[in-house]
Formats: sequence, C-alpha cells, structure tokens
Amino acid sequence: MNYETVIGLEVHVELKTKSKIFSPSPNQFGSEPNTNTSVIDLGYPGVLPVVNKEVVNYGMRAALALNMHINKQTKFDRKNYFYPDNPKAYQISQFDKPIGEHGWIEIEVGEEKKRIGITRIHMEEDAGKLFHGKNSSLIDFNRQGTPLLEIVSEPDMRTPEEAYAYLEKLKAIIQYTGVSDVRMEEGSLRCDANISIRPYGQKEFGVKTELKNLNSFSFVRKGLEYEEQRQAAVLNAGGEIKQETRRFDEKTGKTILMRVKEGTDDYRYFPEPDLVDIVIDDEWLEREKALIPELPDARKERYVSEFGLPAYDAHVLTLSKETADFFEATVATGADAKLSSNWLMGEVSAYLNAEQKELSETALTPEGLGGMIKLISAGTISSKIAKKVFKELVTNGGDAEKIVKEKGLVQISDEGALLKMVTEVLDNNAQSIEDFKNGKDRAIGYLVGQIMKASRGQANPQLVNKLLLQEIQKR
Amino acid sequence: MSLFKKSAAELQELLHSKEVTIADLAQEAYDRIDAVDGEVGAFLALNKENALAQAKEMDEVPFEKRGPLYGLPIGIKDNIVTEGLETTCASKILEGFNPIYNATVVEKLKEAGMVTIGKLNMDEFAMGSATENSAIKPVHNPWNFAHVPGGSSGGSAAAVAAGEVPFSLGSDTGGSIRQPAAYCGVVGMKPTYGRVSRYGLVAFASSLDQIGPITRNVRDNALILETIAGVDEHDSTSANVEVPHYVDQLTGDIRGLKVAVPKEYLAEGVSDGVRKVVLAAIDQLKELGATVDEVSLPHSKYALAAYYILSSSEASSNLSRFDGIRYGYQAKASNLDELYTKTRAEGFGDEVKRRIMLGTYSLSAGTYDAYYKKAQQVRTLIKQDFDQVFEKYDVIVGPTTPTTAFKLGENIDDPMTVYANDILTVPINLAGVPAISIPCGFDNGLPVGLQIIGKYFEEGTVYRVADVFEQATDFHEKTPQTWEVK
Repeated sequence: MNYETVIGLEVHVELKTKSKIFSPSPNQFGSEPNTNTSVIDLGYPGVLPVVNKEVVNYGMRAALALNMHINKQTKFDRKNYFYPDNPKAYQISQFDKPIGEHGWIEIEVGEEKKRIGITRIHMEEDAGKLFHGKNSSLIDFNRQGTPLLEIVSEPDMRTPEEAYAYLEKLKAIIQYTGVSDVRMEEGSLRCDANISIRPYGQKEFGVKTELKNLNSFSFVRKGLEYEEQRQAAVLNAGGEIKQETRRFDEKTGKTILMRVKEGTDDYRYFPEPDLVDIVIDDEWLEREKALIPELPDARKERYVSEFGLPAYDAHVLTLSKETADFFEATVATGADAKLSSNWLMGEVSAYLNAEQKELSETALTPEGLGGMIKLISAGTISSKIAKKVFKELVTNGGDAEKIVKEKGLVQISDEGALLKMVTEVLDNNAQSIEDFKNGKDRAIGYLVGQIMKASRGQANPQLVNKLLLQEIQKR
Repeated sequence: MSLFKKSAAELQELLHSKEVTIADLAQEAYDRIDAVDGEVGAFLALNKENALAQAKEMDEVPFEKRGPLYGLPIGIKDNIVTEGLETTCASKILEGFNPIYNATVVEKLKEAGMVTIGKLNMDEFAMGSATENSAIKPVHNPWNFAHVPGGSSGGSAAAVAAGEVPFSLGSDTGGSIRQPAAYCGVVGMKPTYGRVSRYGLVAFASSLDQIGPITRNVRDNALILETIAGVDEHDSTSANVEVPHYVDQLTGDIRGLKVAVPKEYLAEGVSDGVRKVVLAAIDQLKELGATVDEVSLPHSKYALAAYYILSSSEASSNLSRFDGIRYGYQAKASNLDELYTKTRAEGFGDEVKRRIMLGTYSLSAGTYDAYYKKAQQVRTLIKQDFDQVFEKYDVIVGPTTPTTAFKLGENIDDPMTVYANDILTVPINLAGVPAISIPCGFDNGLPVGLQIIGKYFEEGTVYRVADVFEQATDFHEKTPQTWEVK
C-alpha cells in the first residue's frame, strides 16, 4: 500500500543578543564552563528574572519575517520539570500567548511552489549542558538562559524533500533578519521532526513519531526518509505505529527507539508570576518592521529582473545572505552578473565545501572576485588561468590584475607569438595531422593541449583553435 | 526603661547626645537576645561579630551624614537573603546556606545605615500561621509563652514584642506580617503588591509575597517602609510609583475620613473578645472624626480557598529549585531520581510538602481549570469587591485575626483550623492592596490587632489613620513579661 507522509518541524533558534534572556550574563558560545553565569542563571533562592527587551525585539523581527500575526499582549509561562540542567526546575517559556502565530513561508521543490504554515513562534530560555563521566556528571550552566525562539510548523510537509526545503528557507529568512547565526554545527539552530503516514485520501493523521538528534539538514532528510519507510513497513506487516521518540543514528542512517510516549507530558504550565505581561504598541511594532531587511524571496525576484539571472541561480544565491551580499558587491565592481553567479555557485562554493569554511573566513573579497571576472570578460585571462588566480585570491587575497601581472599569467592573444608555437607543435606531430585529416577529430584536442602546455596555459584557446585549423589546411 | 521601647527619633536623640553609641545599641540587642531568646526562640543566625564591628565604625561617622535610621538595629526574616549570613527559611533543606548576594531591601537598609542583628525565625518557607512549622525551633509569644506568636513572620513579630530588636522585616503572603503583629501586639505593615522589591526574598507565592516592616509604633514603621520601598530594576513586578515621605503624611487628623467596616469581617468565626475590642476601636475612630459605614465584600467567603490554591500552586513551582543539586541539603542517593526524592523528602517539613502536593495537583492538566483557573477568577472578583468599596471609602477597617493567639500545639494536627485563621488577611493579598495591623486592645491578656486596609499605593493614608489611633491610645506602650527579664 502507498502512503502519504505528513511532516511537521520544530525548530529552535538561538538569538545572538549580547546578554541572556532573563539575566545580564553574557550570551556567548565557547567560553570556559560556568563563567557566563550569575545567581539568576543558577536559580539561587530569591532571584527574579527580568526580560531582556532585545529578545522581544528579535522575536518580533523573526515573527514578522515569517509573515506571522504578532500578539500585542504577550506573556511568559512556566514549564515545570525536574532535570539537573534546569536549575529552577521550570523553564520560562511561552504557552498560550506566544509572540507570533499563524505565519507561513513559501518553499520550492523542483518547479513546484508551496506554502508551509507556521503555527507559532515563542521565546524561551535554554537549559545548561550535561557532561556524563564514568562515575559522575558535570553541568555547564553557560547556556542556561540563552534566548531561544521555538518555531513550530504546521504538519504541511509531505516529503522529506519539502522538509529540507523548509529548513533551508527558514534558515535563510532568520539569517537575513540578523537575529541568529543559525549554525546547526554550533547548536544555534536545532530541529526535531514529527512524522506520520496515512493512506492516500484519508483525512485523519496517522500516529506520529518524533525524531531527535538531527544534526544537519541532510540528516533531517535522511532520518525522515528512513522513518517513512519504516512506518510503511510496520503498517504493511499489519503492525501499528506507536507514539514514540526516536533517535537518528548518523552512522547507520536509521532511527532508533528512545522512549515510548504514554499520554502527554504534564508540564503544569501557568503564567510566570515573576514577570508582567508585555504590551506591544503600534509604534514598537512599526519600529521592528522597519528593521527587517529585504528577504530572500524579494531578493530572488530582483536578481531575475535586475540582473537577468536564471531563477535557479537567484534561488541558490539568496539562500545565504552572506553569498547574496557577496554576489551583489561583486556585481557592483562592474563584473558580469551571470559570470559572478557561475563563480559563486561553482568554484567558490566547491572551495568552501572542501575547506568547510564560510565565505568570511577566506581571503576572497568581492573586489578580488569582481576584478578577476572582469579580466575574463576582457579576454585578458582564460577561464583556466582564472582558476589559478582564484586560488591565490581565496587563500591570500589581493588584486586580480596585479596577480596576473606578477605571475605572468596574461593570456597570449598575439597571433604572431601563437603562430610560432602552432607551427612548432605541428612540425613535431605529423601523425596527429594525418589522423585529423583521416577524420579523427580528437587529434585536434591533443594538438591544442600541446600548445597550451607550451604556453603554460596562457595561450588564448579560441585563437589557438583558429590558427591550428588554418595551419593544418595549409599542410 | 529598655532602650528598645524608644522610637527611632528618640534613639537618634540618645545617639546625638552621646548617651549611647551605635555599638551600645547593637550590644543591647545581643544582651536582650541572650536574656530572653532562649524562651522566645525568635532568632536563628546572629550577625554579632560583623554587627558590632560595623557599629563601631559607624560611630565615627559625623551626625550630619546620618539619616533617621542610621545606626539602629534591625532583625531580618530568614527568607530574605543576606550576603554571608546564613539564610535558611527555617528549613532543613537550606541548612548552612550562605547567600552570595543581598536582597534589594537589605541593600537599602545598609545604605540607610541600619545594623543587621540577625535572622528571624519563621514557618518553614513562610508556610504557616503559628511559626510552629519552623524546622529549627518554635517561637513563643512574648505575652504568654504557652501561646504561638502567629506566623509566618513569628520571629519578626516576637523579637520586636519581646524587646530584642526595635525593628524587623517580615514578609506577608496571606497575612504573615499582620497576623503575628496582631498576636504579639506590634505594628506590622503589608505594603501594596509591587511597593517593595521582592528581589532576594525567597519566593513562596510570587504574585502575593510582599516584604514589610514590623515595629513598635506607626511612625517608625512608615520610616522603614519609605526606606525599603520603590521600583527595582531586578524585580519586574515592582511598581514605578513614586514613594512619598510617609512620615510627612502623618497629619494627626482623620476628620471626615470615610471608614468602611465589612460585615463579613465581624461575622461568625470572630471571637466575642476580639469583636468587642475591635468595635471599641472603631468607635474610637468615630470619636476622632471619621465617618463609619458597614459595607459588604461579598466574595470574602471564597478568598481562603482561592488563596490556598493560588499560593500553593506558585509555591509548588517556586520550591522545585531545592533539588539538592546546586546548594543546600543533599541526600545520599545512588541515582538521580533517588537524589531528588530523598533530598526533598528529608529536606522539607510536612506543611511544605502538603502545599507542594496541593499546588502540583491544582496545576495538573486535568484539574487546572477547576482549581487554578477558577481561583484566578475568584481573585478577580475579590479585587473588584475592594475596588467598589474604595470608590466611596478611604480605608477599610476590621480585626486582623478572628481570635487572639492560640496555644502552641493546639492546632498542630489540624491544618484547616490554622488556615481558617487567615480568613481576614488573605483577601488583602489577593487584591494586592496595603494593610496594617496595629495594637487595639487585649482579650484575656493577649493582644488584639486592628487591621486598616488602604487603596493601592496609599500606604500614607493607612499610616495616618493608624497614627491617629495610636496617638489617642496607649496599647502600643504596653510591654509583655519579657521586658522585665534582665
């Protein structure tokens, strides 16, 4: 039997405010354990939380960017549970009046566009971190009180591919607003997935399972792919799906049972009596609205209309604000837009993937890349030479024109000089000429190669081709 | 005559005339504690060494640099954190806990130059009305050691009544300042919710708790409230409302003042003795120029139930942090669940556990609507009751407690009777308005308290009425047996 998959995602995003959500402690990643803490973070007797207003600003900004309705009267609630990383034994979160509700984003899978609903976005505090040793466990409370946004989607996704696209888009939008680094590897973006399947045509949802330990977008996709098949296999074998939490295992690509959920957890939510309601007036709302920059979709459209880029290019470039900004700065140097796009999506992207780096961590600047692309357009350097120049630009930086001059990489377009090389190569390769004349087109490639070699890659390839054919005819 | 029968102003005169020093005043407190506290049981940790050293240094400060409370001794209820001075909330679970910061009120007292003598005994985590729930030791009423001092600020009231310190701070969640003040014949103020910062007050019920002063006279009480009140950036629920000079508002005149007496506050349950004394006090207010009318606060009868649900709900969450992981008592255990259960089973007393259970139940998914939510609705109705009366009247007056202090052990196995004792004080916390208890007479040798309730942030009016009554009577000058002990 074929089933329809239903997926909903819960995403946690760490906000990059200077201080924590309810205390003045610094909100920093990677500090010595238990140094970014105060009596408030540690839940000492008598302490009280005070809301960091910047968190509300950020929450509002994210919510607005996700097309959400802002609750003008929003409040915090206590979620009660015991755990050693949770020093008050309650988490201050939002229950029935989250900062934002009823939003959506548009995703694209293949040619198809689809709107994914976002149920709610709420502000809450993160917990500390536990480290388990052989005979003891240690707690680092640095993360306690880190401001989080929890973004809960509607169960609107029908394939793991859609979930992937949703995450990509969500990440891009949040990144554009500047409220979070959204780096999964540093934990500033975390994702849990809910998945169920049902026979096509059935209205009711199937029993869902929750997937945890999804440490990259690909793992989210892989985990969901495994889980939809696992659930189908269970149903097809006459079994039934249990409501359970499953852990994705990166090594095997499978999901493993963590615990079966019996009923719902009772967190005994109630309004946080140590805080007062937050009332958002129009002025405040407008102020935050004004701070939302051009978002990925708008940029994408602009790249198509303004730069004439293919929609695919525009989509890929705008997925990361850093790339999009870099692209625009490159084009602003006078470089050709399509060539700039090709380089960013091709060589640059490949380099970043291979080196596991962010653009900002390389020496490459828009001026450097733009300068190089302009040299290509002008025919000063070939694409092949450009790759050498690029390597220099990305590792040591600098000016493309200068690099080309210093390293003597200028393309040889002087017909006289090239003719000399062509003649020499033809003199030494009579067999290849013979082969070519006998219809072996490949022979020409070999000859071009020989000339490029002789010119150390600097010969203008189009010109070499022209001269070669011309000279062969003469022989 | 004991030094501590004197007012703050009189003590300042003695300091000024150099008849006594600040060090003498601190020493007097410790001498009095040595003499009587063995029987009273008001004090827990003492700050003796620090206080005496500090007092000596303060004696060097010139008079023109001193405020009206400078150099005067004060006792602090043990649920208000004091840096470096053991703070236990009279609970085993916080045994040996030395806070690393000061409550805002403690900082403010320090700025004003008050000398902290020590920490005052209380019902464990402020849960109780007799201070019999202290895990350390019970407190005895200075007027009759066989009787309770009231609670939960029993130590704070008894210490002032017994002449161990002239002033103290208590906290009031459902009557915990006013009821012991009434039982011990002293002046106790529960300010408007939000008037005084709660930062550093170990939370019992966050939406009800307020810190307030306990003193021997109204003027000193006003002086201390003025010192500790005001908005605090560390407490979002503290109100950004200007703090007036309360002492300047003690005009001595209540002519034309409109006094409301709720019929529910003198109804069944109020003892004949208390009713008689309070009616006489109300007559006195009339004589002093006030007009008095009977009014109704119709939802009063639901207040007690709503209070115990709401306060216990908040407490169940507030007290969850005492888990044995970061501070305080930690039981020996072999795994995490056992650590939690044993630490809390061994660390908390019966009453605290009872309220945690009640609160946890009230907040649970299946019972939330029927209990917590319903109680919140009742709270709104009770607020409206007060709002309506205050549209026409300046203050509401009645007894602070239905009876005088009961005997130690009398109700120890009957929590419901003890809860019922709060019937006249809890509505005030639910509404959030200010109220004071002042001595207004005796019944069988035990003090009776008159409760004066004011409008939001109008502590000044409450103090004015209380002061006029005090000036016209001498109940506040009476002292119990302990004052004779040398």
